Amino acid sequence: MLTYTIRRLLLAIPTLLFIALVIFLLLELSPGDPMAQMPMSIPPEVKERMREALGLDQPWWVRFYLWLYQFFVVEPQYWIDGLFGTDLAEGAQRIISFQSKSPVFDIIAERIPQTLWVVGMSYVVGVLIALPIGIASAYYQYSWFDQIGTFISMVGFSVPTFFTGVLLIVVFSVNLGWFPSIYDTTLVVDSWASLGQQIKQMAMPVFVLALYNAAQISRFMRASMLDNLGQDYVRTARAKGMREKVVVLRHVLRNSMIPVVTVIALGVPQVFGGAIITEQVFKVNGLGQLLILAVQGNDIPMVMTLTFIFAVLIVLFNLIADVLYGLLDPRIRYD
Amino acid sequence: MKIKTILMGAVVGLAAAPAFAERGSDGHVNIIYWQAPSTMNPYLSGGTKDIEAASLTLEPLARYDQDGAMVPYLAESVPTVENGGVTEDLTQITWVIKEGLLWSDGSPVTANDVVFTYEYCTAEGGGCAQGAKFVGIESVTAADDRTVVVKFEYPMPNPYQPFVGHESPIIQAAQFANCLGANAPTCTDANFMPIGTGPFVVTDFRVNDVIQFIANANYRDPAKPAFATATLKGGGDAMAAGRAVMETGEFDYAWNLQLAPDVIEELAAGGKGEPISGFGTLVERIEINLTNPSPDLPEGERSTVAHPHPYLSDPAVREAMSIAIDRDLLVEVGYGQAGRATCNLVPAPALYASDNTACLTQDLDRAKALLDAGGYVDTNGDGVRETPDGQPMTILYQTSTNAVRQDFQALIKEWWEEIGLSVELRNIDASVYFGGDPGSPDTFQRFYADVEMYANNFPGTDPQAYLSAYKCDQIPSPETQWQGENINRVCDPAYDAMITELGQTGELEARGALARAMNDYLTKDSNIIIPLVDRGRVSAKSNTLGGVVLNTWDSELWNAADWFRSE
Amino acid sequence: MTDATLVKTPSQAREIWDQFRQHRGAMIGLAFLIFITLFVIIGPYLWDLDPTKSDIRNKNMRPFYIGMLFGEKWGWNHPLGSDNLGRDVLANLMYGGRISLAVGWTAMLLSLIIGTLVGVLAGYFKRLDGPLMRFTDLVLSLPLLPLLLVMMLLFRDALRAAFGPEFGIFLLIVTGIGITSWMNTARIVRGDVLTIKEREYVLAARSIGAPSRRIITRHLLPNVLSPIMVSATLGLATAIITESALSFLGLGFPSDFPTWGKLLFDSVDRMESFPERVIWPGLAISLTVLAVNYIGDGLRDALDPRIRGR
Repeated sequence: MLTYTIRRLLLAIPTLLFIALVIFLLLELSPGDPMAQMPMSIPPEVKERMREALGLDQPWWVRFYLWLYQFFVVEPQYWIDGLFGTDLAEGAQRIISFQSKSPVFDIIAERIPQTLWVVGMSYVVGVLIALPIGIASAYYQYSWFDQIGTFISMVGFSVPTFFTGVLLIVVFSVNLGWFPSIYDTTLVVDSWASLGQQIKQMAMPVFVLALYNAAQISRFMRASMLDNLGQDYVRTARAKGMREKVVVLRHVLRNSMIPVVTVIALGVPQVFGGAIITEQVFKVNGLGQLLILAVQGNDIPMVMTLTFIFAVLIVLFNLIADVLYGLLDPRIRYD
Repeated sequence: MKIKTILMGAVVGLAAAPAFAERGSDGHVNIIYWQAPSTMNPYLSGGTKDIEAASLTLEPLARYDQDGAMVPYLAESVPTVENGGVTEDLTQITWVIKEGLLWSDGSPVTANDVVFTYEYCTAEGGGCAQGAKFVGIESVTAADDRTVVVKFEYPMPNPYQPFVGHESPIIQAAQFANCLGANAPTCTDANFMPIGTGPFVVTDFRVNDVIQFIANANYRDPAKPAFATATLKGGGDAMAAGRAVMETGEFDYAWNLQLAPDVIEELAAGGKGEPISGFGTLVERIEINLTNPSPDLPEGERSTVAHPHPYLSDPAVREAMSIAIDRDLLVEVGYGQAGRATCNLVPAPALYASDNTACLTQDLDRAKALLDAGGYVDTNGDGVRETPDGQPMTILYQTSTNAVRQDFQALIKEWWEEIGLSVELRNIDASVYFGGDPGSPDTFQRFYADVEMYANNFPGTDPQAYLSAYKCDQIPSPETQWQGENINRVCDPAYDAMITELGQTGELEARGALARAMNDYLTKDSNIIIPLVDRGRVSAKSNTLGGVVLNTWDSELWNAADWFRSE
Repeated sequence: MTDATLVKTPSQAREIWDQFRQHRGAMIGLAFLIFITLFVIIGPYLWDLDPTKSDIRNKNMRPFYIGMLFGEKWGWNHPLGSDNLGRDVLANLMYGGRISLAVGWTAMLLSLIIGTLVGVLAGYFKRLDGPLMRFTDLVLSLPLLPLLLVMMLLFRDALRAAFGPEFGIFLLIVTGIGITSWMNTARIVRGDVLTIKEREYVLAARSIGAPSRRIITRHLLPNVLSPIMVSATLGLATAIITESALSFLGLGFPSDFPTWGKLLFDSVDRMESFPERVIWPGLAISLTVLAVNYIGDGLRDALDPRIRGR
């Protein structure tokens, strides 16, 4: 398993470089222009000079190489400089966002806290409630609990967040006045009172996203448990006189986890991709909003950097999932 | 008009006079822009959201008030030919800066800062977004500490381009000294936290998210601003912004609520705030393609002057299309209080606005008669007219994606179908449609459609540059990488001559007459442009926010120094 | 034995149907699905109002039940009310359902077929595992919006010329959603195949020389059916909602083509005054997804011989 992991990690490098190239070409080919959001009263000659200032008059391979160099050489240098107070970078050009003319990584760092608070937390909450619900739904199949669980999760999944989010705002912010409708990203949590405020402003977006995540994961958990509950080994284990709890939670659960691990691992990078619509509805302004604004504004360095980080996480978490398969079911061998 | 404004101002002032006591006495003000600002430097971004956010901190020498009249800000007075500030031959303007003016860091504002601002925007490789403001300038020099002389290369009938209006404020030379040209993006701190003369100073800037301000301790009026701190939050959508001001009361001011009138009314019923509106020069219009966009033509010849449009090049067809539209209904559906039906490309200021109202009454019968008379009849009985040489009159009608525009498309499609045209609708993502990517077939300049709809206006109060867009040499084509502002591909030497004449005329009445004639040429006489709605601006303010005067000629936050908290 | 089979003799099909009929949820789901399909296919012939035709004088009408109860403006010419341009809500629901259901089913089946194929091949054949899974990683990391913009740019005019504006854009949207949503199914199926192919019965089948194709169709596929069913139900919902997100971005159908997702989206701003405009399309989407989910449950039970025997 260790050699497999190392081999996969090494293989990830060319894979990621290739992915970077494909993403860059895709953005290059995509119609759109960083000048699209400028007012029409700015004449075309001025726009052309602004494009030149962004380096857009260079051929694509030059810009791709520049991005690679900045991402893999300049940015780590700045990072090390920041940690140890050295001066490796010597003022080299960092990756600069077209929209704000400021370093892309500084903006990403600004967005991490609210993304983790809201999107990350909702994922954790979603997984934590999905697993027990999935297990119980399968074990007590077609009971009231299962029926209600199925109903809520399917409705939660099929009603889009642009509707549920606004509905929550109308009910809880406008009519009841319990929660703020606009997320305050500048809030610093340093006391019980501010923690209370933070929980208040997180409540609605986390609820919406957690419902969505939980719906998906609990369905897979339930289906997979059902498959395994009918297997021969379960009957054998029961016949051997094992306690029901041990049978279900140790034997069946372990064998049912493979599809669930896959789904969970696929979901973690999505946390960093942000939740575009939910963030917009609640004005959370996390990584999702950053990405969509960058795409709409054709901010190629920003889109490129965000999607590449996203790609790294996808490759990494799919590798983790593959390793977990081996631990859950030792019969799976990759070598 | 003027008197009424003054009276209203007086009433507001009386009602809340005690609130003006001292700087910072009214606590905190929350402003929401549903488009989030990405920089505080208007020279690096032409985006309205960025320029308006910057106007809290950076100020020009003079700007426009709510009536479009010029008021001095950093300058002592507005120079004119009469007061000797502008030379008789219109080639030189002399500005004098107010005495004792300080930057927010306490250093004095000098004429050198103004000169530097010019150098900053014209530096090679900087990609200055406001470059158009500094065209035709021979030199900008400091005569003394407070006097700036701008010399033009040729007579400028409108010398109030540079340093006037929120697009070209004065920046501090000391702060931006190392940021010229290609170095501009390296000055992140200066771009995000510029030192200014305005009522507020940035303390925290988060890209596309939120900006926090405190009152400027060195602001020229010791009693202002009334607010000690301010927050400008960005993001979300217009609906949410309106809701936060008028329904939940979390915010005090919401910018530019592009929402249907019944939705705004519903929000206002929340009772925490009220919508405010004002009119400028923004006109929603349908542009007609005078060239043939047919996909059957080879690439490189589509939508170029090589192939005139088979029937839209006929003025009678265009007139029929124009009078088939019920503009009042469009206003009612899409803009309500914030819209007026118009037949003009230049709807304001009064001097330049033509009295053209012929298109305002919908007349489907006359539209049909016009088409019949032109030989456009339905010969094969499919409900769609054909041109005399048998081509069906099918119109591809494109616009950007936007709820109100899609409602307009639906209604106009119906009217046009009623007069016997067939209409296919297309909506395109705004970032593609308004982008200038020469590789994309969907940009508004490339115009691979028969008609298209969008809104445009001009900065300030002078329409000369705006009207010059329809010159022959402004036609977008493959040779110009599809750049150019003459979207309709209209070319008439007589029109070009009028533009040249306008450029040489300084006398206001004569300028007005010329501009009106040009407006009529494009709209009333030829219907090359079908104006629909003169779009006002709707914003919302909280009931407890006083001193707000909505300004459509300048930044909406232009008088934030005068805002205060009323109970 | 755990050897379920998809090969059905007439009696077996009968047996499966009998088992399926036992499942109350599945039967209700099936009935609803038939109803909603008839509603969108036959409905427009019975209620032949043009959904895009505006009727300004009769705008903002309320549905009959609200009109009757609270005495607000209503009429039988618009039984479920009309929108802000006076377009009929009932007619829009019918036409919108046609497009939403067509897009939902086609995109879901497309993504299911690609996902299952890639998953089974990668899980079963060790040589294909690496390349196929790296390809999956690649597609997972592509940003969706630019990808769709590029597809629009490259294929829209060609498809429009070949199939006409409506069907051309339908193909583009269905393909767009299909090829960007198969990756989860592929990884889930692969994960399951990896463990199942090491089970005793598969090893036994292989040891008696059964060809790979038979092992896959007779032993592997039936055993990964339940995650596929779950993917299918979730996929249907995702496809219907994604379509509305695309229209919102100007990448979907032209604005005069109603779909359920778009009806819902357009009505959110007026949710407080006209709740019916969000409730009906929302209900239609949810109930369709719920129905498909129960049918999937019933089908899974019916196809599982272990349960069928009970």
